[in-house]
Amino acid sequence: MNNNSQSIHIKRDILIRLVQAFDSNEFEKNTASIPFQMRPKDCEVPYRCCIYKEREIIKDRIIADMGFSLENLDESEKLEDFALQSLDRKEAEENPLTIIEAACKGCVPSRVYVTDLCQGCVARSCEKTCKFGAIEIAGGKSNIDASKCKNCGMCISACPYNAIVRLIVPCEQACPVGAISKGDNGTAVIDFEKCISCGKCVAACPFGAVNEKSQLIDILKAIKMGKKVVAMFAPAIAGQFPGTIFQLKSAMIKAGFYDVVEVAQGADVTTRKESAEFLERMENGAPFMTTSCCAGYNNLIEKHLPEIKQYVSDTKTPLFYTAEIVKEKYPDAITVFISPCVAKRKEVQVNDNIDYVMNADELGALLVGRKIEILDMEDTKYQYESSKQGRNYGVTGGVAGAVNSLLPDDKKAKPCYIDGLTKESIRQLKKYAKDGTCPDGNLIEVMCCEGGCIGGNSTISNPKIAKKIINNLLEQSSDLK
Amino acid sequence: METIEVRICSGTTCFVMGSSFLNELYDLIPQKYGDKVIVKPSLCLGQCSSDDKHSKAPYVKVDGEVISSATIEKVLLAIEKKVGENE
Repeated sequence: MNNNSQSIHIKRDILIRLVQAFDSNEFEKNTASIPFQMRPKDCEVPYRCCIYKEREIIKDRIIADMGFSLENLDESEKLEDFALQSLDRKEAEENPLTIIEAACKGCVPSRVYVTDLCQGCVARSCEKTCKFGAIEIAGGKSNIDASKCKNCGMCISACPYNAIVRLIVPCEQACPVGAISKGDNGTAVIDFEKCISCGKCVAACPFGAVNEKSQLIDILKAIKMGKKVVAMFAPAIAGQFPGTIFQLKSAMIKAGFYDVVEVAQGADVTTRKESAEFLERMENGAPFMTTSCCAGYNNLIEKHLPEIKQYVSDTKTPLFYTAEIVKEKYPDAITVFISPCVAKRKEVQVNDNIDYVMNADELGALLVGRKIEILDMEDTKYQYESSKQGRNYGVTGGVAGAVNSLLPDDKKAKPCYIDGLTKESIRQLKKYAKDGTCPDGNLIEVMCCEGGCIGGNSTISNPKIAKKIINNLLEQSSDLK
Repeated sequence: METIEVRICSGTTCFVMGSSFLNELYDLIPQKYGDKVIVKPSLCLGQCSSDDKHSKAPYVKVDGEVISSATIEKVLLAIEKKVGENE
């Protein structure tokens, strides 16, 4: 979830400046000067050891924002050169995340640690409770022998002074599949074989060291070249900006998009197909069915949970159907999916109907950079009026609710919600698949992010506010028939 | 006694820079100050117009006083000061 931390603020600040640089006459030169504008000579050094390191990290963020990997990068290359190369690039790189090594703190490894609060008490509860004999009292203080400690945490609960704590590495803690860990030099490394691109590490890192590789420049270039660039925005995006989605459409057209389409339109197709599929599967005796629209979940199935595949709906995602509709209408269009998360970048890579992904932060930066006031815009209608149910896909309960709305009264599904993929909820899914039964319901709605897509890693709004904005929209929308 | 007016900018820049995280103020302020302080959203307050001023968004106005890089704490502090002056 986006938590509005200062590191997100800096990331957006950089994206806005990058848009401004692109719109200027001297893209390369102005891009190269961003680190110096943000950290001018003699300015206060807010976060790092010195101004030079701050500038270096800003430079690395810009490189990622221009779409490049920071792993195996030639550090001697200038920002100007990267800017030039970004204009020449034809295709996006494969893995959507990259680590800014200079920004990574190299947190102390995760372990159980006795703090100075230890009173060396007579009770010795920690020593007694440890099953592995890892605790000894020496020098009037409890000591943990790292070679024996299994990180079980029993001593943490046993200590009467709360003097023992678990040190965590936020990215490792957040990753539900163990794909990020400390490399040889202590900084974070992503194992892309395991990574499901859920974006939880992006949101979790307090140093903002994990960056999405943006396609912003590619999209801006297509717009500048006069191509028909059509935006398709995820239902969750409706809650990320002030004003209505009708004003947002006008704003996006002013920013250069040729047309703007709601992915809620494709969600209506998904709902129809998925509810029919649910009925069919139940009639054929299936114990349960899981939804299939979350990209993070689909990546999880592919890499870590193949055993659940037989229970997953075969219906395609709302984005899939939307892109099909758009490409049929505008065969020569460049299609851009406006996404609340990084996971969708993987889905888009394997769909020929979609060219690029722009996340909510990047769209926000585009509107700010081009000085477009959404609240000053007139309303523009959508050609297809999406349903209430389709527009609610980005909120936990929305997908199952939509499917259920089309089921006959005597055949309603009993929904069960996986509201956020965590180590715990993945275990639960594994159990459902292994047992071939789900005691909690027969329609499992899986959302990778807590709260649904409005909790995605690159959302802008406080999820509570996003939900409120979306609810206002639902009040004006009609039911799917 | 004069009422203090708090205006939270809902312009594109402020929203993108996180002003929705200030929304708690719409509940907090009436709870704390009753009708002594009114809080309402505002169209763009015009603070972000020059080139790099977006860095200091979101902006909030407490009776004419502009608060940059606004946080809930900063806004409450500014209100507290004004309430003190008014009394």
